[in-house]
Amino acid sequence: MIRLRCPHCGLRDHSEFTFLGDATVSRPGTEAAGDLARGGAWSDYLYLRRNPRGVQEEFWHHGRGCRAWLVVTRNTETHEVLDTRLARDRGDRA
Amino acid sequence: MKAYSAWSVFRHALTGNRHWPRAWRDPEPKAGYDVVIVGGGGHGLATAYYLASVHGIRKVAVLEKSYIGSGNTGRNTTIVRSNYEQNANARFYEFSLKLWEDLSLELNYNTMFSQRGVLDVAQSEGMVERYIRRGNAMRLNGIDAEFLSPAEVRSMLPGIYEDSACRYPIHGGLYQPRAGNARHDAVAWGFARAADSLGVDIIQGCEVTGFLQEGERIAGVRTNRGDIRAGRTGLAVAGSTGHVAGLAGLRLPIESHVLQAFVTEPVKPVIDTVLTFELADFYISQSDRGSLVFGGELDRYSSYAQRGNLPIVHDVLEAAVTMFPMLGRVRMLRHWGGVCDMTPDGSPIIGASPIEGLYLNCGWCYGGFKATPGSGWMFAHTLATGAPHAVNAPFALDRFERGYTINENGAGPFFNLH
Repeated sequence: MIRLRCPHCGLRDHSEFTFLGDATVSRPGTEAAGDLARGGAWSDYLYLRRNPRGVQEEFWHHGRGCRAWLVVTRNTETHEVLDTRLARDRGDRA
Repeated sequence: MKAYSAWSVFRHALTGNRHWPRAWRDPEPKAGYDVVIVGGGGHGLATAYYLASVHGIRKVAVLEKSYIGSGNTGRNTTIVRSNYEQNANARFYEFSLKLWEDLSLELNYNTMFSQRGVLDVAQSEGMVERYIRRGNAMRLNGIDAEFLSPAEVRSMLPGIYEDSACRYPIHGGLYQPRAGNARHDAVAWGFARAADSLGVDIIQGCEVTGFLQEGERIAGVRTNRGDIRAGRTGLAVAGSTGHVAGLAGLRLPIESHVLQAFVTEPVKPVIDTVLTFELADFYISQSDRGSLVFGGELDRYSSYAQRGNLPIVHDVLEAAVTMFPMLGRVRMLRHWGGVCDMTPDGSPIIGASPIEGLYLNCGWCYGGFKATPGSGWMFAHTLATGAPHAVNAPFALDRFERGYTINENGAGPFFNLH
């Protein structure tokens, strides 16, 4: 079982959380609307992923707990959790 | 290559099976090849075989970091089917299924392909509508499909739960009689042996660590056994696609996820078809040895670990004993995880990459095994001619930015929901 240390709730089983995905992609603004061409901001955001075999920052939602969005730094090869923080504390990219 | 036959089995039996020749060579890598395929699973080996047999391109190497068939080829649950609704999927998987039907003869290797049928059990009114719709779409594409009544489903499955004992009564089922399963290792070994006999070098213990770049194009690979030049380089590395493509600086519409599977001790024949229970995220079949082979959903977080977590073990076993209460006392032999290269539309990618000289065969999600011969055939065509066949053209990488996704189950652009 992967266990995540939620800043609000403490160490919890991962079955309380929902995985969203890579937290390094950022949602483009409305000025990029309709821009799906290669290299376009929306195409990148929706589809392209770094998908590293190793350390990745990712979004998890504590849906069966405090319902906060978290940014978890985790190793995808070993499942080791390196860091957990609130997504809202990142401000710009959350 | 000496062909296997009933006579050779008999002759070798008389001498205690001590004199079988090895099935494929163990060559040192050469300095260069016309085509280098990265990944010695079923797809890579099938690609090499069809490059040599259909296109006459025999200066081909298959590079495998471990031993052949050690990744998802040896980890899947061996189901072969073409019961898809979307035209592109239906045409591609039916092409593959037709190759399966002649594969043992073609390769002179028994792949133990058994057309025992795949039955998707409908457990709600809504599923009945959807399954009939999918069945009709299949028939329009020339694929066999039958909708079975609840009584017909029950007559096929004597051990299944009673309606009164379950929240979801059986409403019928979508049956594809020509579907079934095959021996997964034999598919890798059969393609390896046939490709090797046509001159393909299968190089095991050879891990790609980078690419040889010449200006804008890729001209080969760097490996732990030296540099190997290639006219064209094809990736068929399934769950490791993100990692290997990353060595070439590519980001792809792929996220790696873990899918678990389970096998019980061998028991007498109880299930003579392949069953899926979509509502319970559960599917099951019985191997020729008697083991029940089954599985469920993704763990749903990205992973390269080739092992899963206990919540899915719990969910799958709960579904198993709910659908087949008789399994309550059956002992598990083992369970394992495989890394699935999930795409945001649930369909694979076969075609050119944005980098000249580099071609992609990836994004098989958890459905790559059934595609093995079809994928190899189409990838070989693409590598040999530099352009996709009409059947794999819809699976181009640029379909995402063009808006032509092939989204079988209608989930959004989320890798773990397909």
